[in-house]
Amino acid sequence: MRLISSIGGWLDERLQIASTIRETAEHEVPRKTASWFYVFGSAAFAVFMLQIVTGILLALIYVPSAGQAWSSLQTLNHDVALGWYIRALHGWGSDFMVALVLIHMVQVFLFGAYKFPRELTWIVGVFLLLVTLGMAFSGQVLRFDQDAYWGLGIGASIASRVPLIGPLIVNLLLGGPIIAGATLSRFFALHVFVIPGLLIAFVSVHLLMVVKLGINEWPMPGRLVRKATYIKEYHELTKKDGVPFVPGAIWKDMFFSALILFSLALCAYHYGPFGPSGPPDPTIIQTVPRPDFFFLWLYAILSYLPASMETPALLIGPVVGILALLLLPFLAGEGEKSWRRRPAAVLTVLLAAVALATFTHLAQHTPWSPVMDAWSGIPIPNQFLKNRTALERQGALVFQVKQCHNCHSLANEGGKRGPALDSVALRLTQDQLIRQVIQGGGNMPAYGKNLSPAETTALVAFLESLHPAGQPPARDASRTMALGAKTGGAAPSSP
Amino acid sequence: MTLPTDLSRRALLMKLGIFFNSIVAVILAVPVVRYLLSPITRGRKDGYDSWVTLGNLDQFPSGETRLATYRNPVVNSWDGATADIACWVRNVDGKSYQVFAINCAHLGCPVRWFPQSSLFMCPCHGGAYYQDGSRASGPPERGLFEYHYKIDGGKLFIRAGDMPTPGQASNIVRGIQPCA
Repeated sequence: MRLISSIGGWLDERLQIASTIRETAEHEVPRKTASWFYVFGSAAFAVFMLQIVTGILLALIYVPSAGQAWSSLQTLNHDVALGWYIRALHGWGSDFMVALVLIHMVQVFLFGAYKFPRELTWIVGVFLLLVTLGMAFSGQVLRFDQDAYWGLGIGASIASRVPLIGPLIVNLLLGGPIIAGATLSRFFALHVFVIPGLLIAFVSVHLLMVVKLGINEWPMPGRLVRKATYIKEYHELTKKDGVPFVPGAIWKDMFFSALILFSLALCAYHYGPFGPSGPPDPTIIQTVPRPDFFFLWLYAILSYLPASMETPALLIGPVVGILALLLLPFLAGEGEKSWRRRPAAVLTVLLAAVALATFTHLAQHTPWSPVMDAWSGIPIPNQFLKNRTALERQGALVFQVKQCHNCHSLANEGGKRGPALDSVALRLTQDQLIRQVIQGGGNMPAYGKNLSPAETTALVAFLESLHPAGQPPARDASRTMALGAKTGGAAPSSP
Repeated sequence: MTLPTDLSRRALLMKLGIFFNSIVAVILAVPVVRYLLSPITRGRKDGYDSWVTLGNLDQFPSGETRLATYRNPVVNSWDGATADIACWVRNVDGKSYQVFAINCAHLGCPVRWFPQSSLFMCPCHGGAYYQDGSRASGPPERGLFEYHYKIDGGKLFIRAGDMPTPGQASNIVRGIQPCA
């Protein structure tokens, strides 16, 4: 014991750092901020530390070469002892870190912690969110599989829409005219050197400001922030009702970080590493590229934006969003901190959360994508074939062979791109069905050139049979009158 | 009175120091920027935009659309399979051809050809195109990108080298080019 303290004494005589550390550790924080709500930032930091360690471990094996990265991931998964587990930790760590940063941000926003004098802490926090997302995206590229390859294509397609210099940005992003070796190398440099460097720098400034300015006090409804008086009030509060950060508050951070790291280890063990999916060979086109979890919402938005809105929304949307986050502390730097008296703030968070969750959920089911193998892999359910005429069954065959099933569902099976057709005969008359099939419209291709008259007749007869047993199909009343007592000409639709 | 003079001499020397370092910084920065911009400034030399063959014409029967692959004209030894690019070749009538990029005009995902319904469909956001490459439905703003092609010695050649992206549409002109 005496040896340790004498070594410590020798070191500090030269480093001159012990008093600073002690001051930092024991600085007084308001008693109420020693709360379970104030643990998310430190947990994100703990996960970041783990990411650094697992990242270095992966770099021992990983080869950042377009020709070999994928097989080095296979080696990690299958040939290196516990390589799969390190990959799983790093992949799950990425998801945990993004989630914790977002939760931390919501807490800071709801507790008004971005207000005077912590505006810059918030702004650096916004940059930390951006670099964390940058790490998540570039990490997804380093898992150099089919999703990474086509994900880069999506990134390049978005970047190319920048007016005038779009194609130049694409070449810079990809390191050349196509996605190839240079692309992976530069994303490796970004993921391993550039972005972590920024992350460490931002985290340092962020923490320094937290220590210098003090942790945000627990917001009390009615206690307003005023630039003239706030600092004095804060110091009085910490003097009157403060606890030293160590050990008064830090034990909760430690408990929560341990819980998070343990959950991360469990997730990694139970669910294993992410991918890699198929090899990054662009001649393998039987692929359905999908981004990682935290970019799914974007994938959904890209599908729902109308074509005319897409380029403006893609280029202006992020700028407006980031500017709004950066300007927030300047627009609302004073006043009420408590979320109980800030309904607009609570609604903003709820709206953002519901929107992101909805888009993420939709992107997990991709109702906008054709189900590429529905026509050959998903049969028409029996109830739509039973007691049908020969012509109607012929139409059912046309329905499959012409890939209608890829976009239209029957009994909830098949594509969800177009409307479900279980009871289409109630909505459209025979004439309308023919017109829709031949001319398309409303986001459906025209099939006029690809269907013979006989195929069209059969297909429409099948579609006309799609209605619930008790309800007759839609009919054009004027037609009966025009043709006298005769029917329109297609096969009878009731079974 | 010697003190202020002494100080200003040191201040001048410090300013000179900043000046020298600024010059050195510029001297060092120019090649660094030049290096960083090399993917752009490498430009159109080195034949990166050149004619590559897709193989013999008899691989592409009249009236049909077939998948073809080619090796990108500029490759590095570590590019691996990423330098192998796919494209769709449509033999319109035995005489004229259309060669479509594999990349959807929306966000670049690989489109698949369905001969039964004569449509190209994209697995990402549901873009669909007719057999001549024109837009049928979905989010794409335009038809499929087309390569220039020529026929030489019974082989089909296309002009390739760039990954087509929506912003680059002007580089890849739609419409069939006369044989060069």
